[in-house]
Amino acid sequence: MAGQSLLKVQGVETYYGNIRALAGVDVEVNKGEIVSLIGANGAGKSTLMMTIFGSPQARSGKVVFEGQDITKMPTHEIARLRIAQSPEGRRIFPRMTVLENLQMGASLDNLKYFSEDVEKMFTLFPRLKERQAQRGGTLSGGEQQMLSIGRALMARPKLLLLDEPSLGLAPLIVKGIFEAIRKLNQDEGLTVFLVEQNAFAALRLSDRAYVMVNGKVTMSGTGKELLANPEVRAAYLEGGRH
Amino acid sequence: MAETTISTVKPEGNLVQRGLKEGLFAGAISLGLFVLFVGLKTDQNMQNELILVPRWGLLAIFVIVAAVGRFLSIVFLQPWLAARKAAKAEEVKAVTEEEGFFRKHFNKIAIAALVLYPPIVLSLVGVQGSLKFVDNFGIQILIYVMLAWGLNIVVGLAGLLDLGYVAFYAVGAYSYALLSMHFGLSFWVLLPVAGILAALWGVILGFPVLRLRGDYLAIVTLAFGEIIRLVLINWTEVTKGTFGISGIQKATLFGIKFDASPEGFARMFGLPMSSAYYKIFLFYLILALCLLTAYVTIRLRRMPIGRAWEALREDEIACRSLGINTVTTKLTAFATGAMFGGFAGSFFAARQGFVSPESFVFLESAVILAIVVLGGMGSLVGIAVAAVVMVGGTELLREMQFLKMIFGPDFTPELYRMLIFGLAMVIVMIFKPRGFVGSREPTAFLKERRAISGSFTKEGHG
Repeated sequence: MAGQSLLKVQGVETYYGNIRALAGVDVEVNKGEIVSLIGANGAGKSTLMMTIFGSPQARSGKVVFEGQDITKMPTHEIARLRIAQSPEGRRIFPRMTVLENLQMGASLDNLKYFSEDVEKMFTLFPRLKERQAQRGGTLSGGEQQMLSIGRALMARPKLLLLDEPSLGLAPLIVKGIFEAIRKLNQDEGLTVFLVEQNAFAALRLSDRAYVMVNGKVTMSGTGKELLANPEVRAAYLEGGRH
Repeated sequence: MAETTISTVKPEGNLVQRGLKEGLFAGAISLGLFVLFVGLKTDQNMQNELILVPRWGLLAIFVIVAAVGRFLSIVFLQPWLAARKAAKAEEVKAVTEEEGFFRKHFNKIAIAALVLYPPIVLSLVGVQGSLKFVDNFGIQILIYVMLAWGLNIVVGLAGLLDLGYVAFYAVGAYSYALLSMHFGLSFWVLLPVAGILAALWGVILGFPVLRLRGDYLAIVTLAFGEIIRLVLINWTEVTKGTFGISGIQKATLFGIKFDASPEGFARMFGLPMSSAYYKIFLFYLILALCLLTAYVTIRLRRMPIGRAWEALREDEIACRSLGINTVTTKLTAFATGAMFGGFAGSFFAARQGFVSPESFVFLESAVILAIVVLGGMGSLVGIAVAAVVMVGGTELLREMQFLKMIFGPDFTPELYRMLIFGLAMVIVMIFKPRGFVGSREPTAFLKERRAISGSFTKEGHG
């Protein structure tokens, strides 16, 4: 299974008006891998994630998923190819209950596997089970992140995109969430593409990683290699973010 | 905290004493305040001279209201509020668990009451007397309930602020009026046709505004409402402009007409001729339409499209990333909401027998939206209550002729409708910022819970 290319980003350039946010990015994610993308604020990490999802669309270059060119597809059709996303800022539905949020995640299959998958989510994130009847907006940040990931997983994705799952969360909760991602990857072979500022945790978790600076990928390698790389250490790890 | 407990424990006499003192004080202040504003009025006499007209009676009313209000507030309202606060703090749990019978079966009781309303009114005030109650208080309120429930789909569920909803009401009304006039089709054929036409206009409005949200959307929908009204005014060859269309065919009950002819309803059943029977028939008709709206809304909320509407209201970007086509979702919301507006419109035309652009001004949209917001967006019960309060309140004002004895013969209470509306809205928004029923009923439960709630409903039936 592993080794086969699932997502390929080739020379993608994305603009916000006249401002170039991505300057020719090449990234590849293979089946069964956890790949992370690290970089400083404003490097274009989230833009790449959103470009994969078609909003905004790439001005040049190609995004290929399972051999299919998805560069110009509308977002909802990309989602139907079973790419799921836990977006930046989590974006759960605040007035809907936890269970309803999960239902929304399962709407692609019209709830066919809902009861089965909900049980799975509740074993993965037991906190969600306790909170199932609560409104999403009343959850803590960590619980919201769990819900956001759980909602994405309800679609039975082939590829899970996570945008800064550790943002604003306590270290212990981040650890729990990363543990859950690792478990999903090991037990079910879920492919994960992770965008993180928390470079240390991300690199330890990933099979491979890319480093992004000013809209370009400047370095890539296995998680271990990058962790040992002095430049990466100086720029992202010894700055104090652990 | 200590203060409130002491004041509630204090002997009653002390409180009354304080109330009297503060009441007198408030009376004195209002006397000082109003003596020139209210107590004296300048007027012109026959010689074109300014004269002072004293209005001591009115002044006395102002002062008495202030004094008595202050007294009541001190003696009853404040201790009651304090006691309620204390009770709330003590046992929140017990109150929520112990839902009364009335609360639990509120919907069934309300529907039963509405079904029984016309016969009860008939037996109490007779055939002619029932006209006012069935027509003004019954049908009028139910039309607004239906309109507000229709708008609720667009605003409350899908979160698309629509200030031109009355346009669809107009489309429905004119569809029925024109098609029945030119083609002689019956109400029952044209009711669905009017709904479909309105839904079509909903889609036509929906397309250009797909990318808009919030204030921008509101402005475009407002303009749309005005465009429809102006077309109705200016396209005189078809709509007869401001004269309106009169003599619109009435609705029939399985082909039985409500007129004085031998095969009319009254003759057929050997009843004296009265328009009250038609009104009662219309009452049940609009009640049925309302229940249909409620049923469809409740069903849709549990279906994928209804869930998508609600998710769309919460977060459009998240919706798209979950594979929901936001374009079709918005269009269906506009179309469904508009369809119910169209139904209500054709009913309105059949009831009035006359339509003109006058009935479809922006104020109507505003009132319908106000009902939805006051009731609590998304809550059917809350909206129905708000419609009763707002529309019923207006009708009640018309009835308050006794106010003329206080404020003079020129006083027309219904002119103060908007003032009272505004006041009511401010008060509701202060105390219940999410409307009368602000809580949202979840639609998803796990199996165990569903089983429990299912057994409860069975109990209710038995």
